[in-house]
Amino acid sequence: MNWIIAILQTTLFVALAPFLAGFMKFCKCRLQNRRAPSLFQPYRDLLKLTRKQPVISEDASWLFCAAPYIIFTAMVLAASVVPFIAVDLPTSAEADVIVLVGFFAFARFFLALAGLDIGTAFGGMGSSREMTISSLAEPTMLMAVFTLTMTASTTNLSGAIEHVLNEGLILRPSFVFALFALLLVAVAETGRIPVDNPTTHLELTMIHEAMILEYSGRHLALIEFASQLKFMLYGVLISNIFFPWGIAEDFGLSALGYGLLVITGKLIFLCVVLAFAETAVAKMRLFRVQEYLGFAYLLGLLGMLSHIILESTR
Amino acid sequence: MILFLAYSAILFSFASGGIAVAHLFKPNINKQLVFWLLGASGLSAILAGLSELISPEIRLDTLSLGLPWIPWHVHFDSLSAFFYLIIGISVFAVSFYAPHYTHHEQKNAENFAILSLFTGLFVAGMMLVLLADDAFMFMIAWELMSVASYFLVAFQHENAANRRAAFLYLLMAEVGALLIILAFGVIASFAEGFTFDELRASTLSTTWMSIAFVLALMGFGMKAGLVPIHVWLPEAHPVAPSHISALMSGVMLKVALYGLIRFCFDLLPEIHWQWGVVLLIVGTISALSGILYAMMQPNLKRLLAYSSVENIGIIIMVLGLSMIFLANDHEELAAIGLLAALFHAFNHSLFKNLLFLGAGMIHHQTHELNIDMLGGLIKKMPKTSMIFLIGCMSISSLPLFNGFVSEWLAFQTALQVDVLDNGVLRSLIPVSAAALALTAALAAACFVKVFGLIFLGVPRSRHAEKAKEIEDKGMLFAPAMLAGLCFFFGIFPSSMLHLIDNVSKQLLGSMLPQKEVLSFLTLAPVSPEQASYTAPLILIGALIAAGVSFWVLHRNFETTLRIAPTWDCGFGGLTPRMQYTSSAFTMPLRRIFAKAFLIDEKVEKTMRENTKLNVADVRYSLVIQDHSWIRVYQPIERGVNRVAKQVGRIQTGNIRTYLGYSLATLILLLWVVSL
Repeated sequence: MNWIIAILQTTLFVALAPFLAGFMKFCKCRLQNRRAPSLFQPYRDLLKLTRKQPVISEDASWLFCAAPYIIFTAMVLAASVVPFIAVDLPTSAEADVIVLVGFFAFARFFLALAGLDIGTAFGGMGSSREMTISSLAEPTMLMAVFTLTMTASTTNLSGAIEHVLNEGLILRPSFVFALFALLLVAVAETGRIPVDNPTTHLELTMIHEAMILEYSGRHLALIEFASQLKFMLYGVLISNIFFPWGIAEDFGLSALGYGLLVITGKLIFLCVVLAFAETAVAKMRLFRVQEYLGFAYLLGLLGMLSHIILESTR
Repeated sequence: MILFLAYSAILFSFASGGIAVAHLFKPNINKQLVFWLLGASGLSAILAGLSELISPEIRLDTLSLGLPWIPWHVHFDSLSAFFYLIIGISVFAVSFYAPHYTHHEQKNAENFAILSLFTGLFVAGMMLVLLADDAFMFMIAWELMSVASYFLVAFQHENAANRRAAFLYLLMAEVGALLIILAFGVIASFAEGFTFDELRASTLSTTWMSIAFVLALMGFGMKAGLVPIHVWLPEAHPVAPSHISALMSGVMLKVALYGLIRFCFDLLPEIHWQWGVVLLIVGTISALSGILYAMMQPNLKRLLAYSSVENIGIIIMVLGLSMIFLANDHEELAAIGLLAALFHAFNHSLFKNLLFLGAGMIHHQTHELNIDMLGGLIKKMPKTSMIFLIGCMSISSLPLFNGFVSEWLAFQTALQVDVLDNGVLRSLIPVSAAALALTAALAAACFVKVFGLIFLGVPRSRHAEKAKEIEDKGMLFAPAMLAGLCFFFGIFPSSMLHLIDNVSKQLLGSMLPQKEVLSFLTLAPVSPEQASYTAPLILIGALIAAGVSFWVLHRNFETTLRIAPTWDCGFGGLTPRMQYTSSAFTMPLRRIFAKAFLIDEKVEKTMRENTKLNVADVRYSLVIQDHSWIRVYQPIERGVNRVAKQVGRIQTGNIRTYLGYSLATLILLLWVVSL
């Protein structure tokens, strides 16, 4: 029974990801005084892409065609691990938060390799930048998450969330630092302004788009879907780790329904905040990103140290 | 029986070297016998290691070898057996790889004899180090290992750079050996004798213990390649033949680790947390600078050598954690740390061996090791590329592969810091955990570069374009076997961890807190509530997700692929030179971590017809150097030279002066005797 709920939750997660991307686009359009596309436009785009004939370069190897499936799979696995509407599901016991970061690394590894596969300068540029940024962002993310896991003394996401729920609302300085560090990392890792701009194809600035420039058809659909999933994963992770209230603790129908409602609200709030931030901030130069991520790293470190120095029970 | 297996492993490798020499005089001996014996040596080492780990028991023996009044004491316990297993697997793999790889050397009987003789001696030396139960035998075996490997590094001595590298290696190995002798000497001066049992019983003051620890750390660290005494490693490993580099990087560094673990956890009567801090800091620095330097290397084997520095750094770091927990009376947590360190050593021996063998295959087929000259090999060498990809994924610690499991265990150890009371430790350990995370992420970037530039894209040189797949089955089997093991231990890590648990039981007297949580499927070192990792289920989930997505896309929207030329933005004329190169790929990281390197970047432009804008020719050169070479080695070198010059003054070249010296010495000795 628990397994069925876990699988259903993962399916729901995957199904809702394009909707969140559509909503994000909607918020940004409204803030920029533009008419927004329908909230279901991402679904239509994906469907359109899957029907199109994929064009592949002569120089592409098997890895180029396999990479989209691998990336998508890694993201689906990550989605199955993160508690979405209920905690204590069996899937979250099979992998903890370090494994979650590992899934992201797995997807990124193949995305960067796919970028190098065709042998164009764009692909190499994208891969090089992506690996640079992620190698700075990944430790920050781990630091932020470790702050939480040390408080809860478990690296299991479900366990950590339950710990926060049981403790009730306590203002911990370490959590504030970790929250901001994770927010900054989430922006960098999902390729959003000010680190990367998902809507540009200008060679000087693009990172994610440069790697997937050669993709088309169903391969592109999978990669787009995977990056929408990644966006939602970070959203759910941030909202459920730091504000877990409302998440279903038993598997009754009403609890699950309430959980779904609450997480939708949290995600909508997060999207609006992010849309405001993206509209207000300009994209930064590539070599300013290190300062941005360095700041995030510092926040993560401060969070961890303030946990150890201020909050520990000893 | 188990000791017999252990001995036979050594005898087989001696015999392998002996047959090679005999072949020089009796050419009708089958040359392949050399490799069969080497394989037999590997196999018996695996069997000896496994059976000892399954039924742990300390087996002692004395051999009446060596000096007449000091027999060699031999012991074989779980720790030795574990490292025996590491050696066995690598030697076994190499014995399949070498016959075809060395077919060029086999044409020249002399070269072949030299190579095989010293390979045999080298392997035997490493195994003898593990068997030694007294300081004498340990040092003799250690020297056998060092000197034999010197001849292997110097094997292609026609090249002046190789001779230089080999000399540097010998020098460092001997200085290291001296330090180890001193370390043993410090303990022995407080003990009854030189056997390990007597050393264990010695009573030292804390100061002397710390001195012994520092000497041992420097001595073994020199062999293992800790920063800043690692400089010989990236010089020596690339110049040896690839299967030897694989043994040196995959196995010999582990023997140095064995020495350090034996010395600190077994011989020294106590462990202080300050030593753990030293190991933690040294390990962190080694790991970070190792991977940063690795990233910048355009030469594949040099890159792999630097990556060994990184991995050894990680292992030392986790050993430091283990020491800290042990000194604070948390034996169970120390056991997790030791488990993580040993498992990472095991994993590193698998994937580094695999990658060096892969580098040898690439070199064998293309005669090229410069990453910037390769490319597109995935189509020319599909099997090699698949094997190499698994190696890259393991070393980048991606889930489902073995490298991830040991890194996961390392993080789990570091996160237990809350049990400690000391404020310094409580803030130091998380920082080093963050550095470990950075190292892992950089390693992934580094190996994306390696695989992407070598195997993907378009060939960058004629050699790469003409490369063909390796046809020899043995040469493919060896790395394929290692790749299989990498994957197997990534999915079922518990099978190995159960065996390593016996080592920590022997050394620390403590096993993992809950035996039952280390089940076949799930890995939960502390408790299932705290952390768990179920690789088999993740694999099943991955297969389902990939299968469903593939099925949906191919069933419902079946469209054929269209193959077309790469889009060139309408300008035409895409060339392989437009691809990213090694230095281009790492440019952002080079710029961000500029302080970590000594960068000499030059751009020379020649202008056409004295104009300022019309560039005729551009030359770009980039030299990246290690800080430790300039900051540590050159000052020492200058100092030694200066002292030598001062000492040289007494050599006047005048025979009367020398006779005077003799007379003075004679008088001095007479005076000493008469005292």
